[in-house]
Amino acid sequence: MKQTARIISTYSADVMGVCSALFELGGMTVMHDASGCNSTYTTHDEPRWYDMDSMVYISGISEMEAIMGDDEKLIEDICYAAEEMHPKFIAIAGTPIPAMIGFDFDAVAEVIEKRTGIPTFGFPTTGMNTYVHGASMALERLVTKLIDDPGDAWIEEKLDEVEKSDEEVPYKVNILGLTPLDYSVNGQVQSIEKWLTGRGFIVGSRFAMGSDLEELGRASEAEVNLVVSGTGLGAAKAMYRKFAIPSVIGLPIGPKQSDLLEDALLKAAREYRRFRTAGTANERAGLTRLKIHPNDLDPVVKDDMVVLIGEGVMNFSLANSIRFETGHKTKVLCATECPEGILREWDKMTTDEDDIIPELAEASYIIADPLYKPICPDSAKFIPLPSEAFSGRIYRDDIPDLVKDPGLILNQF
Amino acid sequence: MLKRINGNNGPVRIPGVRIADASFPAPFRSGLEYSSPARGTWNIVHTGMLIPEAHEIFVCAAGCLRGVILTAAEMCLTDRFSTVAVREHNLLDGDMEDLVIEGVSDIIGKLPGRPPAVLVYTSCVHHFTGVDLDMIYAKLRERFPDIDFTDCYMNPIMRKSGLTPDQLMRSRLYMLLHERKINRDAVAIIGNDLPTQKDSDIMKVFRAAGLKVHEITSCRDYDEYQEMAESSVYVSYNPDAAAGGDMLEERLGGRHHYMKFSYDPDEIDEELAKLADTLISVTCDAENGGDAEKASAREAAVRAAVTEITEQGRIDIRRELDKTLALIGDTPVTIDYTFCPRPLGLARLLLENGLNVTKVYLDGIPGADRPDYEILREKFPELMLHPTVHAAMRFAATENAGAATANAETAAKQTAGQEEACRVLAIGQKAAYFENTDNFVNVVEGGGMLGYEAVTHTLELMRDAFINRKNMRELVQIKGLGCDICAR
Repeated sequence: MKQTARIISTYSADVMGVCSALFELGGMTVMHDASGCNSTYTTHDEPRWYDMDSMVYISGISEMEAIMGDDEKLIEDICYAAEEMHPKFIAIAGTPIPAMIGFDFDAVAEVIEKRTGIPTFGFPTTGMNTYVHGASMALERLVTKLIDDPGDAWIEEKLDEVEKSDEEVPYKVNILGLTPLDYSVNGQVQSIEKWLTGRGFIVGSRFAMGSDLEELGRASEAEVNLVVSGTGLGAAKAMYRKFAIPSVIGLPIGPKQSDLLEDALLKAAREYRRFRTAGTANERAGLTRLKIHPNDLDPVVKDDMVVLIGEGVMNFSLANSIRFETGHKTKVLCATECPEGILREWDKMTTDEDDIIPELAEASYIIADPLYKPICPDSAKFIPLPSEAFSGRIYRDDIPDLVKDPGLILNQF
Repeated sequence: MLKRINGNNGPVRIPGVRIADASFPAPFRSGLEYSSPARGTWNIVHTGMLIPEAHEIFVCAAGCLRGVILTAAEMCLTDRFSTVAVREHNLLDGDMEDLVIEGVSDIIGKLPGRPPAVLVYTSCVHHFTGVDLDMIYAKLRERFPDIDFTDCYMNPIMRKSGLTPDQLMRSRLYMLLHERKINRDAVAIIGNDLPTQKDSDIMKVFRAAGLKVHEITSCRDYDEYQEMAESSVYVSYNPDAAAGGDMLEERLGGRHHYMKFSYDPDEIDEELAKLADTLISVTCDAENGGDAEKASAREAAVRAAVTEITEQGRIDIRRELDKTLALIGDTPVTIDYTFCPRPLGLARLLLENGLNVTKVYLDGIPGADRPDYEILREKFPELMLHPTVHAAMRFAATENAGAATANAETAAKQTAGQEEACRVLAIGQKAAYFENTDNFVNVVEGGGMLGYEAVTHTLELMRDAFINRKNMRELVQIKGLGCDICAR
């Protein structure tokens, strides 16, 4: 039966995705929830909780406040806390009860913004979608609301530098879709940065681990975005809509996948630089591409099927790399939201235990979080790939850095 | 130390109030709530797992499921735990009853074996959509007559009205007991997550009386759990367990005896005397076919045990207080509410005996603590109360980290080559976290201590904490402290 899980875990929810995406930016995020979301988020979803004093709270909504529709209590509480602690922005994210009572996030955000003078976001999350949905929404709104064009003077200066240089001036790349839910805090973000700089790129803004709000504000200086998880897709679309900056989707795992990704980034960045001053963003948008991801179909040379379960972009990238480097057939079971056009036609979007189990029957290898192991057939070799988004802190110490050391997975075949 | 990333980069005022100025029972403004990393208290998953062999099924939104699933996973008990996810369309379709019935049935059908009992946890959304829970459970019992079902709740939206989710959970622990013949030689201690210490006052009384003692924490299988139903007296001493005790009395016919948790010798004596009366009244009743000689002997044994405990208890307390004061001196001591049900009672005991309690961390003053609150206001008006969930408490550890660093540097200069001096002694995990100290007593929910033994044992633990530093960061983040089935 759909919606039931005899034994497997569940992914971090949309409301936690909002918190995770905004965590390092100096804002105040309020989960409009009675209780429980805060301890779940801070225990299982947020490895930075002990070391960074980010302001993430719950509203503590009570039965009577919900029944009476007492939004004023929430508004007063947020304004009171904001006055005490001066956040750089305020975000309100929803859970099941606000969804049920028809809480108007935009209206409440507008009231708070007017009263406090602090930019305020309302995120209509429900606690019923995965973190990808919430984090993507949060990063998208950041771009829409807080990031401006770098300005004519900056662009002129940049173009002047390009013109005068004898060599190709390095391209600046934003990294979109960084949260510990996908990348933990074990150095993977730094490995992605190192890979980019190693390939001659300049790392711009990191959405949203390792950059503060000011640095994100300069994101429009970049010439291309690298989207490393589904949580970055909303921001990628917003960057395209607002600035016509193209994005490349994928993670540099393994030699060939990495080379293809570099080529795609260069191609997109060159296009963007060429057309940077060509009219409005809308006009430029027709000249660049929203997304390109390497998906060359190398011939499959082995019959063994490798099934990967997890977040779409990371697992799609890993699947590509496995095919490129080992020749195995691969299939991704994407258990989170993933927009069309990312997965291949034989991959599948599925979250339910009963839908996943039949897909595993044909697998020779299964790559998934260890909490999936109880539903995996003994006939397949299980390769653990822990994900903070699924198993929280339980296997945190075992989460690999596949950008730095792809062999941890690729050598298992 | 926390990396400062908040907006203003300046110090944030840490909320607190002198007890003399604190209102009862809510000393602090209610508002946005913060969650500290201290996680030792138990949640409804831990508590439910105390019923041996029972299977837990939670029905709620994914966001709410996550914390409970991962609790079960950390306990390595996912094989006793399943979920049914409520999705957005269920709110609109009006099929919430069907989802629970069919979802639970589906899961039971997929389990490798039939569990003797299933705990079905519904949530806030069921409450708000007016789901017919009676119908749901009736249907499930009809479909699975070999399984005991009970209704459990994860509805935190109700935590400020009626029975709290914690009180409800503790009451549900005993709803599965089947009525059976009452045994006057058996009693039960109910409502605790942690086993009552063997050398606690009540265990001494029970032993002296020759009573068989049931406690859910020691039940190894479902049959043994069912044996609890034979108990003639149900003793509770956790305030959140009292409501469950009353329900049990009404349902099974034994006597519920609520014993106040206290650090005050006079109150402890009173409570022991009341317990003795109940035990004598219920378990020594020779009029209804009982053995008169046995009853008389038991009554004498109970009275003698209580007399001995009260006399020796006062001597023990004095001795332990003197030793503690001699060691700790005027080192600041802080206490938080997760340590025990009477944090102000403990503060009062320590202050009245010369120890330097400076802060108590609590969000509300427990009703049982009111007499201590009144006395402390009069005698120790400067005692500070601090909240634990107030939004600005996010920065308390940062502020105290500065003090910790400065203290460490000073201590290093003064006592080069020696152990770092204890800057502040915390009793409880939240106090330890907020004070940023490794000198702390790592106990939650009273730790199974009760009566004189609770006082002497606490003082022992304080001396140990003063001398031996612990890895606070590591320890406080473990969920469900003392849950021996927890694997983490």
